[in-house]
Amino acid sequence: MTPIIEVQRLVKCYRGSASNAVDDISFNVEPGSFFTLLGPNGAGKTTTISILTTTLAPSSGVARIAGYDVADCSSEVRQNIGIIFQQPSLDFNLSAEENIRFHAILYGLFPFYPTFRTMPRGYRERVDELAAMVGLENDMFKQVKKLSGGMRRKLEIIRSLLHKPRVLFLDEPTAGLDPASRRNLWEYLRNVRQKSGTTIFLTTHYLEEAEEADTICMINRGRILAYGSPQEVKGRLIEVYVLVDAADRSQLRSELLRLGLAFSETPLFKISLDGRGVQEIIKAIETPLTLVKTHIPTLEDAYLEIMEHA
Amino acid sequence: MREIYAILTIAYRDFMKLMRDPARLISTLIMPLLFITVLGGSMQANMGKGLGYDFMTFIFTGVFAQTLFQSASMGIVSLIDDRENDFSQEIFISPISRYSIILGKIVGETLVALTQGIRILIFGLVAGVTFSAGQLFGLLWVGVVICLFGAAFGVILLSNLPSRRTADQIFPFIMLPQFFLAGVFNPIQILPWYLDILSRISPLRYAVDLARGIFYSGRAEYGKVVLQPPMLNLGIMTAAFLVFLMIGTYLFVRSEQNR
Repeated sequence: MTPIIEVQRLVKCYRGSASNAVDDISFNVEPGSFFTLLGPNGAGKTTTISILTTTLAPSSGVARIAGYDVADCSSEVRQNIGIIFQQPSLDFNLSAEENIRFHAILYGLFPFYPTFRTMPRGYRERVDELAAMVGLENDMFKQVKKLSGGMRRKLEIIRSLLHKPRVLFLDEPTAGLDPASRRNLWEYLRNVRQKSGTTIFLTTHYLEEAEEADTICMINRGRILAYGSPQEVKGRLIEVYVLVDAADRSQLRSELLRLGLAFSETPLFKISLDGRGVQEIIKAIETPLTLVKTHIPTLEDAYLEIMEHA
Repeated sequence: MREIYAILTIAYRDFMKLMRDPARLISTLIMPLLFITVLGGSMQANMGKGLGYDFMTFIFTGVFAQTLFQSASMGIVSLIDDRENDFSQEIFISPISRYSIILGKIVGETLVALTQGIRILIFGLVAGVTFSAGQLFGLLWVGVVICLFGAAFGVILLSNLPSRRTADQIFPFIMLPQFFLAGVFNPIQILPWYLDILSRISPLRYAVDLARGIFYSGRAEYGKVVLQPPMLNLGIMTAAFLVFLMIGTYLFVRSEQNR
């Protein structure tokens, strides 16, 4: 299958900055999949999403969406994507419906008419349908400033789906939402994927939000640290090891070498389990040990650890 | 067709934004009204006799031009903070041409400024400035020209301002001197040579003088109030409009992606 998003050796260095915000990253996204770009603040997530959504020119490298180069065919790319920004991008002085209507006109879906009543029937039906999907039927004619944060997010979602984009970008969409709205958001997105086959491209710094994805791409300081399914990334992240030490360190060292156990001295001897049981390893060692300590981090610990040391 | 709908949409939004904001509708009118009534009224009462023309009318025409010019150019500059928040993120990401965005914004801010201009005209009548239907018609079409000119000036400012902060810091230095150099409240028939140079490079001067040239056309005061023929002002404004717009739009479109 041809990837819907192709990124090859992408680099972005902001003017006047010594280091690259995005530093030679490459990845592909399959059509219809749920892709997550995971990383802490300042990792290069927003820079990457800005390049992919054509608002920022890359310094070098290539990115294509639905086969269109983001640098050369920005208009075609824009037609094929929907975006939900970190900051709500609604006009608070306008009604919910007017925000939707302006989007529809800017994307060339319908001609311009000054009121909802005068808009074509196709438009009115689509608005009703989308509003019903997220439960905003009774709020479409209220001013956006009178809607709650969760309702605004819903409004942005249905707006971004209006022109049936092939890829929906979400840049940390749950920032500022309460847990209930957050869970609702994921439900709607699951729905949308099932119904329309839209590819979802999410950025987040929450590991648990990434767990739903088909593919996780973990970045920090502009580089890719881990890439794969959540299971694979977790496997890479969580390093289970046992720390041991002995009075006679040189004897322990040579014994470990003889046993063929991979280890590093930190200065304690750190032995990766690699699927073996702790007991199995300890039993094999004959040198009297003065310390045995196992390390089994949670996923969250592992993520933080990697981010700190990267 | 699609780009035209987009231009209409952007313009309509600017206009609706004003209409939904009663506080803005009132606050934008306070300064012009103060200038006309307090400044114009007091100057007329104290020094009016020696001038040979009505000072309140003089300020009224100046403030009319200045308000339209400033409102239109500031409206365009608002694209800066729009870029960082609210709905215009949405406009900038849509598949319409950047030129349509600028054009829509110019049309929209022209409508917004004209709304203000019309209210100033009505207030002028109430405050005792008298004008004929012909003069009213003249001010209306001149008003449209001034708005477009101010908007183009806004585009050139916009393309050279990196952020809202800079815009807020610089704007008073760009606008306030022009108030005086363009003769909005003060006669500038006679100026020392250095002020004359500064006055001639102030875009607002041509807008104010065009408004007065049309308003005072055929009246006894014309020679005392108007600096140069309206056609000359119109020619200079058209040329400057094209230059501002072309350079400004080019720089703006280019700088948007290359951060």
